[in-house]
Amino acid sequence: MNYKPTRLGFGEGLKEIAVKNKNIVALGAADITSSVSVDLFADAFPERFYSLGIAEQNIMGVAAGLAMAGKIPFVATYGVFAALRTTDQIRISICYNNLPVKIGGAHAGISVGPDGATHQALEDIAVMRVLPNMTILSPCDATQAKLAVIAAVEQVPGPCYIRFGREAVPDFTSPELPFMVGKAQIMREGNDVSILSTGHLTFEALEAAKILANKGINARVINFHTIKPIDENLIIKTAEKTGAIVTCEEHQIFGGFGSAVTEVLAKNYPVPVEFIGMNDKFGESGQPEELMQKYGMKADTIIKAVEKVLIRK
Amino acid sequence: MVNINELEAKAKIIRADVIKSLAEAGSGHLGGSLGLSDVFVSLYFHILSHKPSKPDWENRDRLILSIGHVAPVFYASLAHAGYFPVSELMTLRKLGSRLQGHPGKEHGLPGIELSAGSLGQGLSVAVGLALGAKADKKTWRVYSIHGDGELQEGSIWEAAMSAAHYKLDNLTALVDRNNVQIDGKTSDVMEIEPLADKWKAFGWNVLHCNGNNIKEIIQTYEKAKMHKGSPSVIIAKTKMGKGVKSIEADYTWHGKPPKIEQVESFLKELE
Ligand SMILES: [Mg+2]
Repeated sequence: MNYKPTRLGFGEGLKEIAVKNKNIVALGAADITSSVSVDLFADAFPERFYSLGIAEQNIMGVAAGLAMAGKIPFVATYGVFAALRTTDQIRISICYNNLPVKIGGAHAGISVGPDGATHQALEDIAVMRVLPNMTILSPCDATQAKLAVIAAVEQVPGPCYIRFGREAVPDFTSPELPFMVGKAQIMREGNDVSILSTGHLTFEALEAAKILANKGINARVINFHTIKPIDENLIIKTAEKTGAIVTCEEHQIFGGFGSAVTEVLAKNYPVPVEFIGMNDKFGESGQPEELMQKYGMKADTIIKAVEKVLIRK
Repeated sequence: MVNINELEAKAKIIRADVIKSLAEAGSGHLGGSLGLSDVFVSLYFHILSHKPSKPDWENRDRLILSIGHVAPVFYASLAHAGYFPVSELMTLRKLGSRLQGHPGKEHGLPGIELSAGSLGQGLSVAVGLALGAKADKKTWRVYSIHGDGELQEGSIWEAAMSAAHYKLDNLTALVDRNNVQIDGKTSDVMEIEPLADKWKAFGWNVLHCNGNNIKEIIQTYEKAKMHKGSPSVIIAKTKMGKGVKSIEADYTWHGKPPKIEQVESFLKELE
């Protein structure tokens, strides 16, 4: 298994699409251009790269202005700053004006590791999800992150938030797997329970499904690379088919991906649900693997959640 | 040649429409709109390169109104410039109107560049526009309008820093220096002086004018246009409520509209 950080996929995708689309510009924020892989773009297209320093509120407004001038600006910074410090700028200058600004929320989730709680974005999906006109992409590996960046330009006419992580994670999907914004992907078939996952937890969900198969439980695993607009159709269909659901995300349970799923279920086809995610807590320092284990975001916790939800089925 | 008398007459008409539309709306900000009427007339009837019949004309100058709460004077200027019928001003702030309390593009009013109103954001957007214009070697210019109270927002100074860093001489900001904000005098609420020094320290070309003198406003904008190598800011001294003597410089008129029964006497004071 090849391991690769999704942020690298983001940087590669940005460079690739920028060759095709001359309107793409990139804005460097908060002294972290290289750690969010925007340096690939900056090296290739120095005249289309704007350094804006440690000033996130300004950078979002500048991106809005560049979009009004006909550009497709990419802003990448840590998710905590991208989604939280600048929420008002994103809400008014970008979303209310419905401008094609593409925001990369890097270092998402607890797997940021030793930097600790301040730099672990666990609330960004919730905040971006309530903004009208916003599309949210959350790729499951580096290969998909690259496709997500291209899709953000080619398939999303308005604002887009793309979530990616710091750590090297299994790079398990094929570049041939089509990326259609708003369409979730069935990664493994099964009839007993559905595991709905976003981001790199999809790999853990697949691992869990393998172990569950040995126990005679056939889990269907669905990857949601798009959190908004959410694939309502597939959520309803899979609830009908399997009658029980577990959602997985490296994010707060309140307001996140699982909440989006249950909004659809409650209205259309209620079934028992268990949530994998951060349970209303801040993170802490530690190695990524240790943190994922401690906060219950590994295959073993997913298996337990499946067993729990099946009792209620 | 610019006919100042004509523009002054225009400003009077626009002030009257500001008063009438706000009274009809029953809420909104009167003082700032009256104080900025001369600036708006100077822009829409002389300084700006624009085509009201073709709001999306590619080479138009871009005006970013960062202080969305002075929408009434903005709308009245757009209407009298020919962007939409003057009669529509009386729909201000009403359900279904294109004239939102703070400018909102998605409601379809022609002439709005940016939906705005959350203070402190407009200068950043203006910087982005100016950068975009430079990148594509466009000749159109960017104008932004700010309140003095608005300068208390930290994001303004982030934007100011970036405008100077990129030497955006195609950008002219204007500060409505009326010394008041909703809570009172800016010097009591949060002192922003020494204001010119602040902008200078941030790398801007600083110009001053009487913001209620159309001739001076125009001359100052022309000076800003000639300046090369850095962005310009015009600190325009205005009187909140200008034109209606009985309310001039009274900060309590920042955030409220005239009552219907006051309209007649206010209009008389304009004469
Ligand atoms: Mg003021």
